[in-house]
Amino acid sequence: MRKVFGPLAALTGLMFVASPFIVARAPFESSMGIVSKIFYFHVPSWFAMFTAIAICGGASLIHLFRNNPRADRIAEAAGEIAVVFGLMGLVTGPLWGRKAWGVWWIWDAKLTIALLLEMTFISGIMVRKYGGPGSDKLAAAVGIFGLAVTPFVYEAVNIWRTIHPLTSVVPTLPQRMAVPFWFCVTAYMLLLVVLLMLRVNLGKRQAALDELYLAYED
Amino acid sequence: MFFRTAWLVLKKDAAIEAKSWEVLTTTLFFAVSCVLIFAFAFVKEGRAVEDAAAGILWIAIAFSGTLALGRTFERERYSETLRALLLAPAPRAALYVGKLLGMLALLGLAELLLVPLIALLFQATLFARPLLLVALLAGGTIGFCAVGTLFAAMLVRARSRDVLLPILLYPIIIPVIIAGVRGTTALLGATPDEPTAIMWIGVLGAFDVVFVTLSLWTFEPLMTE
Amino acid sequence: MSLRRLLIALTSFVLLSGPAFALQPPKGQSEFVPVDTVPLADQLPAAPLLITAYAFVWAATLVYVWSIWRRMNKVEADMRTLAQKIPHR
Repeated sequence: MRKVFGPLAALTGLMFVASPFIVARAPFESSMGIVSKIFYFHVPSWFAMFTAIAICGGASLIHLFRNNPRADRIAEAAGEIAVVFGLMGLVTGPLWGRKAWGVWWIWDAKLTIALLLEMTFISGIMVRKYGGPGSDKLAAAVGIFGLAVTPFVYEAVNIWRTIHPLTSVVPTLPQRMAVPFWFCVTAYMLLLVVLLMLRVNLGKRQAALDELYLAYED
Repeated sequence: MFFRTAWLVLKKDAAIEAKSWEVLTTTLFFAVSCVLIFAFAFVKEGRAVEDAAAGILWIAIAFSGTLALGRTFERERYSETLRALLLAPAPRAALYVGKLLGMLALLGLAELLLVPLIALLFQATLFARPLLLVALLAGGTIGFCAVGTLFAAMLVRARSRDVLLPILLYPIIIPVIIAGVRGTTALLGATPDEPTAIMWIGVLGAFDVVFVTLSLWTFEPLMTE
Repeated sequence: MSLRRLLIALTSFVLLSGPAFALQPPKGQSEFVPVDTVPLADQLPAAPLLITAYAFVWAATLVYVWSIWRRMNKVEADMRTLAQKIPHR
């Protein structure tokens, strides 16, 4: 593991511990009150998930066309981490929605496709586990197709009728809300990097173990 | 060479199918029983719930399509013909296109049966704008078959392939189902909502272009193991 | 060959997105409007939701890190047993 891991992990932990204090000082949103502060934990989760999906898709492309085991390990790690951040988004979202809209879940565009993206990457994990030999290529295909479906998620709210706030909310955030928001985004991105390093390291050790087994059998 | 290969693959599959009509008849029968199950699930006081028709149509297409995909490639796996095809000096993408065309023909026949059946059973005015409906069905079927053919082919040699196909396929093609259902619902209203339907056809078209291209591109490395 | 296909795909995508944007649905919120105080009635019931959200983020992270740690231990244990076996052959 790289030397930078320790300091990065410490910094991430600190940022997450500090985040409630920073978020508490941000102003409330006029139509939603205190529950709107979930925004600072909900949207960065999705940013992190989309980043993880992009990494997974890119690494999957490289592995599929160039047979690169390192890319395969990165794709595997990023796929799992995308599921973790997606789960955060899918839990914080309804907690917010319950108060803001009165219901835990509605079948509007963004929620629906967000759920199906989560399921896509869970299916990627399942194919690695149950697909037998050669499943790394199958999982790579899932990663690539998952990435290709993602733009439909992002544009969905701009095309379909929905009560979900538009994607134009983030660029137009006023200063006092933008600072805590981008602080949280940074914290989540650091968390993504830290988790990736951990998980890729596990993948490397597993590959080393497989090599040992092969050597043993010779 | 490319289209000739695809055409040959299609002819081969059609010839094999014509011997027993096994996949076609079982797919059609399954599609009809799907419709019946959903009909009974959504009926209140003898009449079907409003707007159920659109959803039932597309669910029947998705379920019977998945079954047909599994059966078609199971046949290839059983006779090891897929390996023979891959060994042939033909462009791999052409094999994919040939298989895709075969699936499209199969599902097209299923839809030819399903649409009048659903219009009849649910008093759904599906034929109010036939051209738009055909465009919707074509767009949706192409999208479904494009991804389905690729996944079914790549899973042929995997373990647990029967259950993995729906697990991998459904999340990816849900946008197709959503677009298809919303477009069909728009056509089913008292006055068919043409602009909405056309918008959804556009979305399906975009999906098809992206995913047929992606499938053509990734077919070769996925089938090489 | 695949670059040509990619270009065709991108061009078609751009051209076909026109109809997709033709219809203008009623817009959701497009901006957040900040305020400093909120009527008391709105404050308390929502706090548990916010706290749960924050707690869940921590919980998910810790569970995942623990799962990595558990798998790593298993791999290390397997490596040790295997390393012991090899010199004995």
